[in-house]
Amino acid sequence: MSLTVEENKALIEEVLKAYPEKTAKKRAKHLGTFEDGKPDCGVKSNIKSLPGVMTIRGCAYAGSKGVVWGPIKDMIHISHGPVGCGQYSWASRRNYYIGETGIDTFGTMQFTSDFQEKDIVFGGDKKLEKIIDEIEVLFPLNKGITVQSECPIGLIGDDIEAVSKKKAKEYEGKTIVPVRCEGFRGVSQSLGHHIANDAVRDWVFDKVDPNKNVFESSPYDVAIIGDYNIGGDAWSSRILLEEMGLRVIAQWSGDGTIAELENTPKAKLNVLHCYRSMNYISRHMEEKYGIPWVEYNFFGPTMIEKSLREIASHFDDTIKANAEVVIAKYRKLIDETIAKYKPRLQGKKVMLFVGGLRPRHVIGAYEDLGMEVVGTGYEFGHNDDYQRTTHYVKDGTLIYDDVTGYEFEKFVEKVQPDLVGSGIKEKYVFQKMGVPFRQMHSWDYSGPYHGYDGFAIFARDMDMAINSPVWSLTKAPWKKAA
Amino acid sequence: MPQNVEKVLDHENLFREPEYKAMFDNKRSQFEFRVPAEELAKQIEYAKTWEYREKNFAREALTVNPAKACQPLGAVFAAVGFEKTLPFVHGSQGCVAYYRSHFSRHFKEPTSCVSSSMTEDAAVFGGLNNMIDGLANTYNLYKPEMIAVSTTCMAEVIGDDLDAFIKTSKQKGSIPAEFDVPFAHTPAFVGSHITGYDNALQGIIKYFWDGKAGQGTALTRIPNESINFIGGFDGFVCGNLPEIRRMLDLMGVEHTILCDPSDVWNTPTDGEFRMYDGGTTKAQVEAAINAKATISFQGYSTEKTMKLIKEHGHDTTSFHHPMGVTGTDAFLMKVSELTGKPIPKELELERGRLVDAIADSQAHLHGKKFALYGDPDLMLGMTAFLLELGAEPVHVLSTNGDKEWAEKVQVLLDASPFGKNCKAYPKADLWHMRSLLFTEKVDFLIGNTYGKYLERDCGTPLIRLGFPIFDRHHHHRFPIWGYQGALRVLTMLLDEYFEALDANTIGIGTTDYSYDIIR
Repeated sequence: MSLTVEENKALIEEVLKAYPEKTAKKRAKHLGTFEDGKPDCGVKSNIKSLPGVMTIRGCAYAGSKGVVWGPIKDMIHISHGPVGCGQYSWASRRNYYIGETGIDTFGTMQFTSDFQEKDIVFGGDKKLEKIIDEIEVLFPLNKGITVQSECPIGLIGDDIEAVSKKKAKEYEGKTIVPVRCEGFRGVSQSLGHHIANDAVRDWVFDKVDPNKNVFESSPYDVAIIGDYNIGGDAWSSRILLEEMGLRVIAQWSGDGTIAELENTPKAKLNVLHCYRSMNYISRHMEEKYGIPWVEYNFFGPTMIEKSLREIASHFDDTIKANAEVVIAKYRKLIDETIAKYKPRLQGKKVMLFVGGLRPRHVIGAYEDLGMEVVGTGYEFGHNDDYQRTTHYVKDGTLIYDDVTGYEFEKFVEKVQPDLVGSGIKEKYVFQKMGVPFRQMHSWDYSGPYHGYDGFAIFARDMDMAINSPVWSLTKAPWKKAA
Repeated sequence: MPQNVEKVLDHENLFREPEYKAMFDNKRSQFEFRVPAEELAKQIEYAKTWEYREKNFAREALTVNPAKACQPLGAVFAAVGFEKTLPFVHGSQGCVAYYRSHFSRHFKEPTSCVSSSMTEDAAVFGGLNNMIDGLANTYNLYKPEMIAVSTTCMAEVIGDDLDAFIKTSKQKGSIPAEFDVPFAHTPAFVGSHITGYDNALQGIIKYFWDGKAGQGTALTRIPNESINFIGGFDGFVCGNLPEIRRMLDLMGVEHTILCDPSDVWNTPTDGEFRMYDGGTTKAQVEAAINAKATISFQGYSTEKTMKLIKEHGHDTTSFHHPMGVTGTDAFLMKVSELTGKPIPKELELERGRLVDAIADSQAHLHGKKFALYGDPDLMLGMTAFLLELGAEPVHVLSTNGDKEWAEKVQVLLDASPFGKNCKAYPKADLWHMRSLLFTEKVDFLIGNTYGKYLERDCGTPLIRLGFPIFDRHHHHRFPIWGYQGALRVLTMLLDEYFEALDANTIGIGTTDYSYDIIR
């Protein structure tokens, strides 16, 4: 059972006491309890993190290079500025792809302009030009270049747009995309997603050559939007859509190519998984090309079934019938998975703190296994995320937006969940405390977790986290006795 | 349907199932519009040639797969090495998320660090308010005894003045006037993570020795018999510093390790999260001014720090990551010379055992060709160790090593018959290394985790030594310094050699003859 609304309130009050008054007042708006019937979760969101509190958030560059653009595999993404940003985000997100790395695909590489003091003083535009020239010599099979701005770019007044235009012309219409995702913009990675989406609109869609990369459309063409193929998530999703008779013409952006981006306006329907990071481009395609979009959730059988039917409802009876066939086909796997793991996980309490869609989307998968999510929060969610969360959470769920290190530790201490799902920065804090943990950004290097194939892995992983014998060893036996 | 509850298929095997393979082929042929196979094959081969290598080395602007990180990462490392000290990085907040993740992926430990979370308004007006509020929040929430401030490139570009900001923050009451806040400017566009370590450590020592940034009195040095030891930025710190301490204790040398994160990055799982654990205390830092001498184990990682210490009258010695027999000998002899204490029998015995191990195994490493890359100090130490083993360090590459460093490596190479035809490559990256490995082949590669892409591309087996190591667990818990550390590195080299030999002779009915039970 989660705490009661009153218990949550007392807990929040207790935690806020540690802050200076001004900070406590501000943080109070981000902490709350979901109460049935309310239109949102009663917390403020998408507001600047307070200095010095140990926010878990990242930056706009992380949102653009790390999330949206980085996975486009046949383009070269230049981390433009000092060496660090590209280094720390190098291949760490496991956006799986297939290709000849370094020859025609570049996903797990770190291209940087490695800014030196002279580049800050005299500007980096000349260097950027030269970098693009050198890329063309050494990596001639690349299908395009993006310039991912790090903090200094916007501060020193570089004109990366002019460089991009000039070089695109010089290389006969090559796609070169300047992205203004400097880390100081906005309050989190979220603005980086938005800026990256806008860059696709302005520098890809608006410049597409309609005679390039042509294929014949079908009435069943869809695009997967907002799946980064972490551990192969987009693949274990795509397979279900294809089994339904749909034709997936593009993946955004896990294992994606520039051709897929360019051809997406031909889709009949955009299916959107991570609403937070790619609703912008989905809305744009709806307005400009009249393509409807539908949100779906491929975590856990309950939500998968619902989503397959929802997606099918946009198509003819054949597809609708196929959706039922797919659901039936996987029924045995799901029944067996639940039969095996539910008895081991029934009633276990989970606290989440993640980014994007996961603070709500994974709740159904836990519930399919008999588990209960008693606390959740978004790293960089907006109010529309918290509104969407009301469909998932139960009355009395503790909600924490942009949680600080201190708050999270105290909440977990008090609520005593059986599992915490969050990120690498949090993992070892809770494991030291003896609380089982799974990284829910990277799937703890496991996955996929999407789709039916992914659910079996998810269930196995949650079981091995919670039921590992190690948790019975944290207290020395001579201390236990005392 | 490939998935199976009884034997759950992970990503490793799931995507090799026929359903997925067909799906990939379909995606590729219909929608990806990839490069035609013939063109692709041509470029794959071309990228292995000398001609490509020449073009690759002609690069002037582009960096591909560098083996270095930025200054603030090193500054956080340095700050973490002091007791109850919270690193506070002034600038954009995303940077701190990156440093924390990076260290946690390597050490498999929490890394506590805060940011002043500067955004657009701070870019225009400066980050003073972020500093004022940030220090107050950090102080109240995490109850540190010291906050060590460094900067990201954002704060440096707009020119925020840490000294003034911290003083103003104190005047505004954000933290008590006497609370210790050492600081260092650590611009990411100068040097690398080792520069940041150096700047931050120098900042902390200067703060305590030279009168707390004008808010106290400078300490007067009264020399005593103790010595200071500084390790430098080191991914194996959790194993190395306890090993150094053990050796110095065996010698009976009174010593202070300046910057010791080996406890806070090695806390137990016993039900309690320790945000702070171990580390050099403030009292130790202050007392360290009285030491007769200071030894740095990594000179490139401590240039400014050692200069400051020398200016305070210390006898200073900077090594370059000494490893193996000769390297450890030189270190111990220096300690002995400085302190007048003899090297004890126990260490002589350890030395003898290491030499014994090398004698047992030397035939397997003699004449083997190695490529290695990493921080400049590590490269010097490892090169010397390889030469000592009779191995050939053919390509020695460092992204953050400069021309002067390369000359130092060359001196080492020239002094040994095993260094013939070996060369140092300063300010080069792993894409340069790729060309080297294709055009002048070696038997083994030594480097950090990112070397695995070279291992895959070039077929050169990788031995993981350096920072970061993300894809193997617990290496950092063991020393690579001292005679004991050398034994471990020797074993790593041999393991990889034997693994490669076994893998190369594992064919049934083809290479049965060399798949030996005794090696």
